[in-house]
Amino acid sequence: MAKVTMQALTNRSKVVSNKKMTFIEKLYIPVILGGLRITLRHFFKKKVTLKYPEVKREFAPVYRGMHVLKRDEQGRENCTACGLCAVACPAEAITMEAAERKEGEEGLYREEKYAAIYEINMLRCIYCGLCEDACPKDAIYLTDRIVDSEYTRESFIYGKDILVEKVDERIDVSERKKKTFDKSE
Amino acid sequence: MLQNVILAFDWTLLTDKIILIGILFAVSLGIAAYSTLAERKIAAFMQDRIGPDRAGYKGILQPIADGVKSILKEEMIPAKAHKFLFILGPCIFMTVALMTYAIIPWGKDLILPDGRHFKLQLVSLDVGILYSFAVVSLGVYGIMIGGWASNNKFSLLGAVRASTQMISYELAMGLSLIPIVMMAGSLGLREITENQAGWHWNIIYQPLAFIIFFTCALAECNRTPFDLAETESELIGGYHTEYSSMKLALYLFGEYVNVFVSSAIISILFLGGYNFPGVDRLGLSPNWMSMISIAVLFGKIFFMIFVFMWIRWTIPRFRYDQLMKLGWQIFIPLCILNILITGVVITYWPK
Repeated sequence: MAKVTMQALTNRSKVVSNKKMTFIEKLYIPVILGGLRITLRHFFKKKVTLKYPEVKREFAPVYRGMHVLKRDEQGRENCTACGLCAVACPAEAITMEAAERKEGEEGLYREEKYAAIYEINMLRCIYCGLCEDACPKDAIYLTDRIVDSEYTRESFIYGKDILVEKVDERIDVSERKKKTFDKSE
Repeated sequence: MLQNVILAFDWTLLTDKIILIGILFAVSLGIAAYSTLAERKIAAFMQDRIGPDRAGYKGILQPIADGVKSILKEEMIPAKAHKFLFILGPCIFMTVALMTYAIIPWGKDLILPDGRHFKLQLVSLDVGILYSFAVVSLGVYGIMIGGWASNNKFSLLGAVRASTQMISYELAMGLSLIPIVMMAGSLGLREITENQAGWHWNIIYQPLAFIIFFTCALAECNRTPFDLAETESELIGGYHTEYSSMKLALYLFGEYVNVFVSSAIISILFLGGYNFPGVDRLGLSPNWMSMISIAVLFGKIFFMIFVFMWIRWTIPRFRYDQLMKLGWQIFIPLCILNILITGVVITYWPK
C-alpha cells in the first residue's frame, strides 16, 4: 500500500505536543486573558440570528418544502389521479382516490378524471421530490414553504384543502420548473 | 414601667433598619432576577446569538416569565427522600445567601432633613469580613443537605464535591484577605473602604490577593470554571438533580444572589467600594455625594457581575484533581508568601 501523506487544507492546524509547560504557561493567566479577549470580541460582533416569524431565511430555488397541487391558467386542477406519484414515493406517503368528472365540472378539473381525495402524510414524506419527477401532468411541485407544527399526528395528513393552490393566491413554481428542466438535460 | 421601656427603646433606629432591609431585599432580589436574564443575554452575545427577546421589549420581562413558570411547575419529592431536609436545603441556601447583605456598606451616610445620619449599612460589625466568611461558608450546608436528602447517588456526589471544594477554597480565600486587613488595620468593611479613598484601591497594591480572592469567589459561588458540583456531563444536575419547580429555582436563584454578594464584597475589598477618584474636588452637598457613592458602588458591582459571566462563558471547567491542586498546592503557598511580603513592606516602609 502506498504511503499516504496527509495534505493540510489550511495552515491553521497545530501539531499536538506533550512538552512540559513553561512557567508562563503554568500561570494560565495570559491564556485566560487571551480567551477573554476573544469572547469580548464576539460580544460586540454582528449577531447571526434571524428572528424567525418576522424574518425568514431565503431558500435556494431547489429547496424542497411543502407540496402544492397546481392548477392551470384557467384555474382547473391539473391532477388526473394517475397514481404515478404514489408509486414513485419511496416513503409511501401519498394516497389518492380517483373520480370521474361530471357534466358542468369542466371549470374545476382539466381532464375527465380527477382526484377526489388526495392525501400526503407529511410525517412520512421525506421531501425527496420524486413525486414531482414522476408527475406527467405538471400537477405536483415542492415549494419553499415550511410545513407547520401540529398538535396531533392526524393533522399532519394534508388533504386537498391544504395542498391544492387557491385560485386567487397562486404559488409560483417557475424557478423550480427551471431547475427540473436543467436537471433533465 | 412598660411605658418607660417602650419609650426608651430606639424606635427610629428600628424603623430605619427595617426600611433599609426592605429596600435591600427588593433591590438585591431584583438584581439577582435580572442577573438570570443578563447571564442568558451575555452567553448569547458571546456566541453571536441574541438570546431571549420575546417576553416584553428585548426580553425584559423574561425573569418574570421564568419565575411564574417555576412556581406553576409540578413539585416532585422523591419517595425515599428525607422530606424535611429536602425542603430545608434550598431554604438554607437562599437565606444564607441573603444574610451577607447585613454588613455591606452601600454608600456614605445620608443626612435626613431632621439632621439625623442615615447609615447605609445594616450593621457595622467590627469583624465584618469574618462575619461574611462565616455566613458564606454556611451556604454549602444548603447544597450538602439538599444533595444528601435527595437519596440519589449523583446528588450525593455533587454535594460531596461542593463541600470539598468549599473547604479547599475557603482557606485560600481567608488567607488572601489578610494582607488587606493588615493594610487597613481593621476587619470592618467600612474601615477598609475608607482606607481606599481616592485612587488607593487595594487592587493596585495587592493584585495577587485580588486574583486569588476572585478565583476563590468563583469557586465559592460554584460557578464555571469551578462548577464541579453540578457537572451535567458527569452528574446529571449534581446536587439539584432531584429538585423541581420553585425549589430548583431557589437553588439557581441563590447562585445569582451569591454572585451579587461576591461582586459587592470584591468591589468593597479591592475596587475601593464607594470611593472614586476626585471625590473631594466635586464640592457637592453630602446627600448628593452619598447618592453618587451608591451609584459608583453599584457600577462596580455590575461590572464584577459581568466579569463573572464573562469568565463563565470563556473558560471550560477544571478537572477535579486540577481544582484540588490549584487550591491546596498553589493558592495557599502564594497567599502565605503574599502575607509575608506585605508584612515586611508594612514594617519597613510604612506608607
